[in-house]
Amino acid sequence: MKSVEFTLAGAQLTALGSGALWWRAQDLLCVSDLHLGKSERILRRGGTALPPYDTRDTLIRLEQDLRLTNAKTVVCLGDSFDDLAVLDALPDSESDWINRLQAGRRWVWIEGNHDPGPVDLPGSHLAELPLPPLTFRHIAEPGQSGEISGHYHPKVLLQTRLRGISRPAFLFDSDRVIMPAYGTYTGGLRSSDEVLQSLLRPEARAIVTGQTPRMVALPRPKRG
Amino acid sequence: MRSLPDAFENWFRQKGWQVHDHQLQMLKRSQDSALLLIAPTGGGKTLAGFLPTLVDLAENPHDGLHTLYVSPLKALAADIKRNLRTPVDELGLDIRIEDRTGDTSNFRKKRQRADPPHILLTTPESLVLMTSYEDAARTFRGLKRVVVDEIHALAESKRGDQLMLALARLQSLCPDLKRVGLSATVDRPEDIAALLARHPDPCDILQADPGPAPDIAMLETEEAPPWSGGGAAYAIPAVLETINQHRTTLIFHNTRAQAEIFFHKLWLANDEGLPIGIHHGSLDREQRQKVEAAMVRGDLRAIVCTGSLDLGIDWGDVDLVVQIGAPKNVKRLVQRIGRANHRYNAPSKALLVPANRFEVIECQAALDAVLERDLDGDPCGEGPLDVLCQHILLRAASGPFLADELYAEMSSVGAFADLTRATFEACLDFCATGGYALRAYDQWQRLQQRPDGAWQLRDPRTAAKIRMNAGTIQDADLLKVRMKRSRGGKPLGEVEEAFAASLLPGDTFLIGGQIVKYEGLREMTVEVSKDSRKKPRVAVFGGTKFSTSTQLSHRILRLLQQPEWPDLPQHTVDWLTLQRQVSRLPEPGRLLIETFPHDGRQHLCVYGFAGRNAQQTLGLLLTKRMEDLGLAPLGFVSTDYATLIWGLDPVTDAAPLLDRNALRSGLDGWLAGNALMKRTFRGVATIAGLIERNIKGQRKSGRQATFSSDILYDTLLKYDPDHLLMKITRTQAMRGLVDFERIDEMLDRVGPRIDLLALDRVTPFAAPLLLEVGKVYVGGSAEERLLAEEEAALMAAAGLTDPLPQTTNKATKSA
Repeated sequence: MKSVEFTLAGAQLTALGSGALWWRAQDLLCVSDLHLGKSERILRRGGTALPPYDTRDTLIRLEQDLRLTNAKTVVCLGDSFDDLAVLDALPDSESDWINRLQAGRRWVWIEGNHDPGPVDLPGSHLAELPLPPLTFRHIAEPGQSGEISGHYHPKVLLQTRLRGISRPAFLFDSDRVIMPAYGTYTGGLRSSDEVLQSLLRPEARAIVTGQTPRMVALPRPKRG
Repeated sequence: MRSLPDAFENWFRQKGWQVHDHQLQMLKRSQDSALLLIAPTGGGKTLAGFLPTLVDLAENPHDGLHTLYVSPLKALAADIKRNLRTPVDELGLDIRIEDRTGDTSNFRKKRQRADPPHILLTTPESLVLMTSYEDAARTFRGLKRVVVDEIHALAESKRGDQLMLALARLQSLCPDLKRVGLSATVDRPEDIAALLARHPDPCDILQADPGPAPDIAMLETEEAPPWSGGGAAYAIPAVLETINQHRTTLIFHNTRAQAEIFFHKLWLANDEGLPIGIHHGSLDREQRQKVEAAMVRGDLRAIVCTGSLDLGIDWGDVDLVVQIGAPKNVKRLVQRIGRANHRYNAPSKALLVPANRFEVIECQAALDAVLERDLDGDPCGEGPLDVLCQHILLRAASGPFLADELYAEMSSVGAFADLTRATFEACLDFCATGGYALRAYDQWQRLQQRPDGAWQLRDPRTAAKIRMNAGTIQDADLLKVRMKRSRGGKPLGEVEEAFAASLLPGDTFLIGGQIVKYEGLREMTVEVSKDSRKKPRVAVFGGTKFSTSTQLSHRILRLLQQPEWPDLPQHTVDWLTLQRQVSRLPEPGRLLIETFPHDGRQHLCVYGFAGRNAQQTLGLLLTKRMEDLGLAPLGFVSTDYATLIWGLDPVTDAAPLLDRNALRSGLDGWLAGNALMKRTFRGVATIAGLIERNIKGQRKSGRQATFSSDILYDTLLKYDPDHLLMKITRTQAMRGLVDFERIDEMLDRVGPRIDLLALDRVTPFAAPLLLEVGKVYVGGSAEERLLAEEEAALMAAAGLTDPLPQTTNKATKSA
């Protein structure tokens, strides 16, 4: 798979086209906002019955990235589960699958707003993970540096000659990376949104995901 | 059998009106369980529909709802209410008449359910909602008649299928319900009758006198129409002159964008300052109502319009209809022509304005068809299953039901008469569980079966959600356009979201006939300011592009076979003659394919005459075939008549390209990943209730919780490709956007008679295609290529031609 490399606080990082982040020096793979069990949660709460294949699809892609990188450490950056009750409903085949992926690896579940408590699965459960020079947490905190976070599901709209193309994207500047959502059933927040703009420096850039990830300048919000 | 009571007879006499024979017939046959009246505009159709109701109510006092009137247009419901008031008041009848549409207040709607009027005028969507409440049986108690107006317009869409399902429900509540349909002239009245009646009840058809043949011609202009394009700007001076010679002219266009451009250009050339308005479905309601009111007052000399004025409302004194661009469909043309001269027994006057040279031929073919009263139309297909699913959910919202009863009720709808029990069960299972191959989360079923066998909602609160998603009208994602002001200025209309996303601040575009400048996007509203610069971009509105109908295409092919063309203008005759000399003219039972080198590339032109959508599909399939055969296609462009493909290598044998099985298997492979399928899926999934409709005002820019329906489509394709919604999507796309049926029809028509002509230069028929817009560039990696192009430009635009010192911007293969 093609990838784009960049550095944050001196750490050499690789953005994969799948939306995962690879820190080669630490043998660490980071994925954010898996939202496992989303279709179950929506149905449980009176919504419609979406195709119940989202968890399986997300795990398949995660498995591919693990095979590609052979990471020794996996950091799930919060909102790994769409809510905590999802875990009870997870079919055995899928919880076994997660166990299989975890075997022989250090696995860190960072808490997110969707999954604030400890989850009933192996691995460490942390509010955040400091791993100098970087810190992993779910929601970005203004003023921090060397920070890897998720939560916002950023996406970037690129104007091309024929039409606009919208893709999930890594947003980064010299202080932080905001990760795209990795889960199959996830939408996105435009990078032009004020929340994202206020977190990032004017010279921030984006790496759009896809077959060939590409680095672009962060599109400026349109203001009249 | 009954005749007109004296009071009514006198009333007609006082008015100085002659009772039409078909009006009396309708009265005489008021006890028919279903009856279809076909009458031209101005034939007193509506009164004919209501006469039995008025007579019955005059003689037999009635409690509650007596007659339900359903029309496809809200405005029509309001208009009929006004028109009906006159005879009711003048005859001194004690009849309550009310309308109920999306515009009716909630308070009033609630009251109407508890205390309905004698006559309720409504739309299919409002009726469907009324039947979805638990008190439906009480609301409709005593209902005797239902009148479906403009049923020909409803019959062509899912709105009609949904309406008929609702009528089946009403028929169960009120077994003696009589159904009346009112229709404009159509090609197959018996098809419409079969839709209207309870299956398998008979439904007789009353044909009113169609009136005299219209006075219809092609507009003569000094300048010949251009070789390509759809604007018809060349005709502006001549159109202005005809406006001047008539009282009121309706100028119909096939698309909203074309209407906007034409109106703009007409206005620039309107030196005399003739009062001219514009009307189309993407304009703000207030704007439209203003134009309508001015029209009724007789203040306007012309209205530039689209299909939004095809139906219904009685316009003042229209004495000329102008159709800009080829009509594509004879039936619609006849209905449009009927908008001129609303007096019965006076010929309607209409002018056709071809937008380009090929459309001259199509216009002539359409003219001939109108005069021979040879209408076109496709047979109604089987009822769409997404609508069926929605009906099951709405039925559940109104209370528990038995599957046997619902199945019997649905099978009494003409369009669903062939519905098998297995298909019904699949739809019910979809509504209850999602219907996935993977049986997950069954404890959360949306519908559950009670011990007595009846189905009901697991959570009664979902009824409100189901009602919110009712309806079959699909809006593309539209954004409101407003004048910028501190707190929301004047609303102008709507444009497609994708168009809005392509705008940069300072860009100008046309809407409602004025040029506006894009200022920015705020809360999902496009904010603009006035700008009078001369070169606006063309906005993209919602609305459909029609393909030239099969019958009209055949007529064109026959017309091309004439030895000479005395009815066509000289410039067109010269063009056809030249094509006949250097190549051939396409023939009805054969397929003409030309190849020629041009501009350093090899071209292949297939004159399939299969209509725009099918020719587009053909372009995609042929280029894919050519890629497989190593012929390096680069791109293609399609019109209603032909597809032009260019590539690096010449094609020397056409038969393997057009092998039906190869095309079909190409279709299966290509179709699955195609954007048209995703678009069709979105509509299907929304109607079937898998995706909840975006309710206006609830949508905020970029909520990260919502995700695109494309993701659901991709997921089903990967893990559950035979899911019910995927099957429905495939069926509908084959008929609709993909239109493979027309390719099949073409292959049947030509058989092995394919003529491949290798020529040394571009031919007279192919030349205009080179000028067509809408070229498609092939290559699965197109999106990646576009992004690659843009990557450098975006970095450069931001002054970032060099990478930041600490980053390396290279795409590497990682191990």
